[in-house]
Amino acid sequence: MSMRSNSLDRAQRHEQAVRSNRRTFLKVGAGAAGGLLVGFYLPEKSKLAAQAAALPAKLNTYIHIGPDDTVTFTITKSEMGQGTLTSLSQILAEQLDCDWKKIKTEIPSPAPEFGGMMGAYGSLSVRTTYNTLLKAGETARLMLVQAAAQKWGVDPAQCRTEEGAVINTATNDRLSYGSLADAAAKIPAPTNVSLKDPKNFKIIGKSIKRVDTAEKISGRAKFGIDARVDGMLYAVVARCPVFGGKVASFDDSRTKAVPGVKQVVQVPSGVAVLADNTWNAMEGRKALQVQWDEGPNAAQTSAKIRQTFMDLAEKPGAVARKVGDADAALAAAAKRVDAVYEAPFLSHSPMEPMNCTAHVRPDGCDVWVATQIQTAAQQTAASITKLPADKIKIHTMFLGGGFGRRGGADFVSEAVEISKAAGVPVKLTWSREDDMQHDLYRPASYAKFGGGVDANGNLTAFTCRVASQPFAGINNGVDRNAVDGIANLGYGSGIPNILVDNHPTETGIPCTFWRSVGYSHNTFFTESFIDELAGAAGKDPVEFRRTLLAKNPRMLGVLNLAAEKAGWGKPLPSGHYHGVALTDNIGSFNAQVAEVSVTNGKIKVHKITCAIDCGVVVNPAIVEQQVQSGIVFGLGPALRQAITIDRGRVVQANFNNYDPLRIDEMPVVEVHIVPSTANPGGIGEATTPNVAPAVANAVFKARGKRIRHLPIRQQDLA
Amino acid sequence: MAAVKFTLNGKPQTVDVVPQMPLLWVLRDTLGMTGTKFGCGMQLCGACTVHIDGQPRRSCGTQISSVAGKSVTTIEGLSADGLSHPVQKAWLEADVPQCGYCQSGQIMTAAALIDKPGSRPPTDADIDESMRGNLCRCGTYQSIRRAVHLAAQYKAGKGGAA
Repeated sequence: MSMRSNSLDRAQRHEQAVRSNRRTFLKVGAGAAGGLLVGFYLPEKSKLAAQAAALPAKLNTYIHIGPDDTVTFTITKSEMGQGTLTSLSQILAEQLDCDWKKIKTEIPSPAPEFGGMMGAYGSLSVRTTYNTLLKAGETARLMLVQAAAQKWGVDPAQCRTEEGAVINTATNDRLSYGSLADAAAKIPAPTNVSLKDPKNFKIIGKSIKRVDTAEKISGRAKFGIDARVDGMLYAVVARCPVFGGKVASFDDSRTKAVPGVKQVVQVPSGVAVLADNTWNAMEGRKALQVQWDEGPNAAQTSAKIRQTFMDLAEKPGAVARKVGDADAALAAAAKRVDAVYEAPFLSHSPMEPMNCTAHVRPDGCDVWVATQIQTAAQQTAASITKLPADKIKIHTMFLGGGFGRRGGADFVSEAVEISKAAGVPVKLTWSREDDMQHDLYRPASYAKFGGGVDANGNLTAFTCRVASQPFAGINNGVDRNAVDGIANLGYGSGIPNILVDNHPTETGIPCTFWRSVGYSHNTFFTESFIDELAGAAGKDPVEFRRTLLAKNPRMLGVLNLAAEKAGWGKPLPSGHYHGVALTDNIGSFNAQVAEVSVTNGKIKVHKITCAIDCGVVVNPAIVEQQVQSGIVFGLGPALRQAITIDRGRVVQANFNNYDPLRIDEMPVVEVHIVPSTANPGGIGEATTPNVAPAVANAVFKARGKRIRHLPIRQQDLA
Repeated sequence: MAAVKFTLNGKPQTVDVVPQMPLLWVLRDTLGMTGTKFGCGMQLCGACTVHIDGQPRRSCGTQISSVAGKSVTTIEGLSADGLSHPVQKAWLEADVPQCGYCQSGQIMTAAALIDKPGSRPPTDADIDESMRGNLCRCGTYQSIRRAVHLAAQYKAGKGGAA
């Protein structure tokens, strides 16, 4: 399973694979209830999908055109706020020329025909499907044109399409797609399709309103936690507060006396209390007496983890990147800068706490869940129930936030285990405390940097040693996530000597992908350190970066645009300061200029000016939403959010001590999109990494003290 | 267990549950009205906001027994069609929601601000003060500010009709 952010070169390779694959179009025919059904294979690029790719290609996206003119797009990417239902529909609708108002979307249960890995992660949804969805739309459109031409007895070249109808250009006769769908289903599919010239796009590139807004403002949208099944019980689980601990024994006599409590069952993760509503289940859990075997992590603390990282950083680790001879260049440098940067564990804490509804029966299992990876949910349920995967139906609900957390299947596992043990349908709900204290966390990280500049202020050496907790595999001793954004530093081509090494270190704290993954801390490290090197070189931070980006036009482009729009170098209101940061992640490029003041030990972020180059933009308003979203997600951890460990457990429990950014702290976010015809890049995770270093670099200007630790502490502002 | 009578979205409602049970879980589990969301259970995030006698209240911290005889409005009852309160119209125009989970609570808080008798159009500072109890992890705050201003215009009869 891979949910990692992907570097540009890998994304580009993938796009080429899509372009060269002439067999993406696979199946046409009649739908079950008539009409035209067109199916396509959309290749995925995760590890599992790579295995699946060796198998015959499968269908995983459908367009269905009904006799009533409805167009249903089957979309295999969960909607978690990032706008996939809208943007993927826009791509299909553009080339299909259908009536936007008659579109419906549905998310299927994973099935072999949908290929290897069904999921939404890595900011991949648009960039890995764009070309194939265009081809899908065009294939269906050509078949509808052919059907109309046959009906009229004319040359298809005499027909054009517009808003869900084929038009005979000689007579202005008009046939709706719905009226042609059955006939079109009998027409052989074209093997070669050519796509619209982007300058004729009517839907792609437009800020079309999201398709999910009406449901979400009326209370009608059904999230995972809103699933209701006849006869279900409501469950909560008591889990060992220490990571890796387990139940030694428990006494449920007081629990069973709580009104509404129906059953208590032990499951692998703890003890589940089932009741006639969620509240009674929670009350029953309070009355439960559990003796825990706290296991090997019972004495773990954040301070000990930090000490482990510090000790490791004293000796060489596995090499992640080596260019030239960095040690010699450092020794020869006119000026040398050494600095240690640190970032803590973080929780995802989406607004919707983890939950899952499951109904295990002897002959099958239904799961209603807000998941980023349906395939993982299905495989988890199949493994617990010993049922074949095709007997596990995954009903994908709206996700009340994902951010990487919902790529996990731990909550699915619990719900299926409980339903299996209790013999009834079960809705499992995690409290906020459960969610925050049993998350899979963004790893803490410790990075020791060295840099050297020559007498002319040129950067001649860059070294970094990272100690961090791995969670998704180690290759040649290196945890790729731990060094993402450092080993492949965007300035790399401008630095002659580089050495990056890594100590993957087990801490006992469960970790996973967190919006922008390694970049979420590493860009804070690198962009702050680059600012330090600019200082050593005696150069302006923007000017210094420009000199390193001569061979990187898209990075340079966003830097220049953000600096220009923010008025970099021009006078600011008294007490206000600018800081800059930029990055290239998920196949996109963005630069941010933060305008910040510090008064009485309190940071105020007034404005973030962001320039983003994410290739072809499908929906500018959604891109703008995601830019803002990523910034808010990164700003909370810059200013105060951190997860700390004491006695093997998480100290923070709710939004009082893990308080996300609130509306009164929201800076003005100004978004400038670089016009581009390049293949689409990602957007969901693009802007999270830059906000902390942009703010920290501005705070340095305000206070003269480097911020090398997140969150920014009171002592850093003194 | 005790029967509690109150008015829910304009209609009489009786529930028979433990008196300490929060209104949130009565709405969601007992009555199946899932538009009101569970976020924190400690009145810290605002996802569960409803109106009680016209005032915005956190249903996660409101015992059902305290609601007896009162009038409760949830997102499902804010407008007849679920879309036509000035705040909902503004939310639609500004396309505010991303994941959408917090939006019922955001809308109920904003509606109480806009519908406050004799209120003037809110400033950014008014909006920040009223809305700071409502968390959004997707970061829709800038859109929310814009939409509350729009809603105030709609309320005053300027634009946004139907």
